[in-house]
Amino acid sequence: MRVFHFTEQPYSPAWVDHGGALRITIPNKRMDPIQAGDLLHRYYDEWQLADELGFDIMVNEHHSTATCMASTVVVTLSILARITKKARLLVLGYPLAHRPDPNRIVEELSTIDVISRGRLNMGFVKGVPSEFAPSNANPVGTEERFWEALDFIVKAMTTHDGPFNWESENFHFRQVNIWPRPVQTPHPPIWSTTGSKHNAQRLGERGYTMATLGTGYGTRPLYEAYREAYRNKFKSEAPAERFGYLGLMAVGRTEAEARRRGELVADYLRTLPFTPAPFRNPPGYISIDDNVRLMKAAGRPPNRSITKDGRAINMMTGSVQDLIDAAMLFCGTPDQVYDQITDFCESCGGMGNLLSMSHAGFMSHEDVVENLTLFSQEVLPRLKEYRQPDARAAAE
Amino acid sequence: MVLADGNTTVEVNGIALDLSVRGRGKPLLFLHPEIGFDRAGPALDLLAKGAQIIAPTHPAYGAAKAPDTFNTIDDIAYLYLDLVEKLGLSNVALVGAGIGGWIAAEMAIKDRAPFSHLVLADAFGIKNGGREDRDIFDMWFVTDADLAKVQYFDQKLLERDISKLSDDELYAMARAREATSRYGWKPYMHHPKLKGRLHRIKTPTLVLWGAEDRIVPPEYGRAYAAALPNATFETIDRAGHFPHVERADEFARATLNFIKG
Repeated sequence: MRVFHFTEQPYSPAWVDHGGALRITIPNKRMDPIQAGDLLHRYYDEWQLADELGFDIMVNEHHSTATCMASTVVVTLSILARITKKARLLVLGYPLAHRPDPNRIVEELSTIDVISRGRLNMGFVKGVPSEFAPSNANPVGTEERFWEALDFIVKAMTTHDGPFNWESENFHFRQVNIWPRPVQTPHPPIWSTTGSKHNAQRLGERGYTMATLGTGYGTRPLYEAYREAYRNKFKSEAPAERFGYLGLMAVGRTEAEARRRGELVADYLRTLPFTPAPFRNPPGYISIDDNVRLMKAAGRPPNRSITKDGRAINMMTGSVQDLIDAAMLFCGTPDQVYDQITDFCESCGGMGNLLSMSHAGFMSHEDVVENLTLFSQEVLPRLKEYRQPDARAAAE
Repeated sequence: MVLADGNTTVEVNGIALDLSVRGRGKPLLFLHPEIGFDRAGPALDLLAKGAQIIAPTHPAYGAAKAPDTFNTIDDIAYLYLDLVEKLGLSNVALVGAGIGGWIAAEMAIKDRAPFSHLVLADAFGIKNGGREDRDIFDMWFVTDADLAKVQYFDQKLLERDISKLSDDELYAMARAREATSRYGWKPYMHHPKLKGRLHRIKTPTLVLWGAEDRIVPPEYGRAYAAALPNATFETIDRAGHFPHVERADEFARATLNFIKG
């Protein structure tokens, strides 16, 4: 199993007295750019440490928010491509549906693959609903634009004989010819995320790596939808490396220490409600059927994080114990954390990429260093040796 | 093509259009606003006392699947010009409210021949102010409840219990919200070229506006009228963005008076 160190690069000083809005409308006068620079340098130091400790690295981007300072993940990737040595660099994700220009995306990511000597994993997502406000992309047609942009990216990265033409409803390019081209062939691995079986099938048909977030012990059905589509297409079983799962991470030498870190890292989930209501559901982002369901539920989406004993928890308000029960948070001594991870992995029928949010919110540099170091010494070597379950055997 | 009273479906260019037809006399093509047909009822019945109302449901607003390629107001405008031709209509009063007014203006700049009169009620479609002026209230970045408060003058109309609505009504609301975004997200509820083309509409035009419209305020309507060569501007008191809902009687009276002339 690979483990990716992830932080959203929060600007936590603005997480106090925000009046309910950490995203979209929070004025940027709430940020001190000097302090932001200090934090960002710190996060890069922690990623460098993670690289040295044997982790891989995950990064992302968000917009108009104090929860994530990476408003352009290309900058993050560019720096990491140069200052890290061994880690895979996973962007999850690059928000395709917010972007008007996939040609530019190919140029950026190909260059990063070249500079990193072929260490890039390209995770593409549609983009979160609230960020159609800053991007001003039309939320109607998101799905089509996402898949077409992906087709374009693959075509551009795998065409080596000079310019080709691409004219569609969404994109117009007449002389596509990427320089530099990526190191990895045919192109860097493609990842995406999902919360629906339909999407899991589409990813399975293409053999892209699929990650989920917040699905807890309800993850298995999504993986199965992927596996079935993959099996039908490729006539073989999807390897565990095709699956990823984002979990919060808090390891400690004692359970008490781990729980203290667990509270800190859980603050990431607790900021999720602080998106102003008008921005949460732009028209056309979810289907008409889902909108009708949402209206009937008075605007409250159902809890979808499932504990091992089948309890649905609210990941935004759940206790640390709830989050542990739902495999949202891996938290405890190294032995406990190893058991939690492998137990969850068995329940999924195999999962080869743990996306580990080892820092969030107000967690100090010292805590992050200890969280990473202890994990790398006591858990990571065992996970690297861990033998994945046989998905078919486990399904029976 | 003879149209009977009631609801009917007409196929135009392979696209099934749902029409609501009522009344006798001069044809009046009524183009519904961005909330769909939901609350157009009383106004249409009153209008039907003086004209034959033909009211299509815009593609993507109804249960029928809209063509995937439909994503601009132009797509609807050309389709409706073809509808007028297919029905063999002439001397038509073209009446549009909200996004329907925008469709009507886009039709009339392309071909004004079939139309004797044009009524634009609280219509979208143009940009008047500078680049930092928000001419049109940002309808999608408020909650539905707050949007309704801005849409209506009579706050009693807001008292609608979602839990009591039928599935059909909920679906109509959800479709209308998505469809409006499909056509009007960017540029936001206007076509940057439209204002410069309005001089082509020499048709007598009534620009009719809710005096209390806070989505596109009356000054927006005045600018619309000023850009049209043959337009008069009138307001309806105690009405917000949907005067045909809030003051159906006044709306019908003003419209029928105008198209008689």
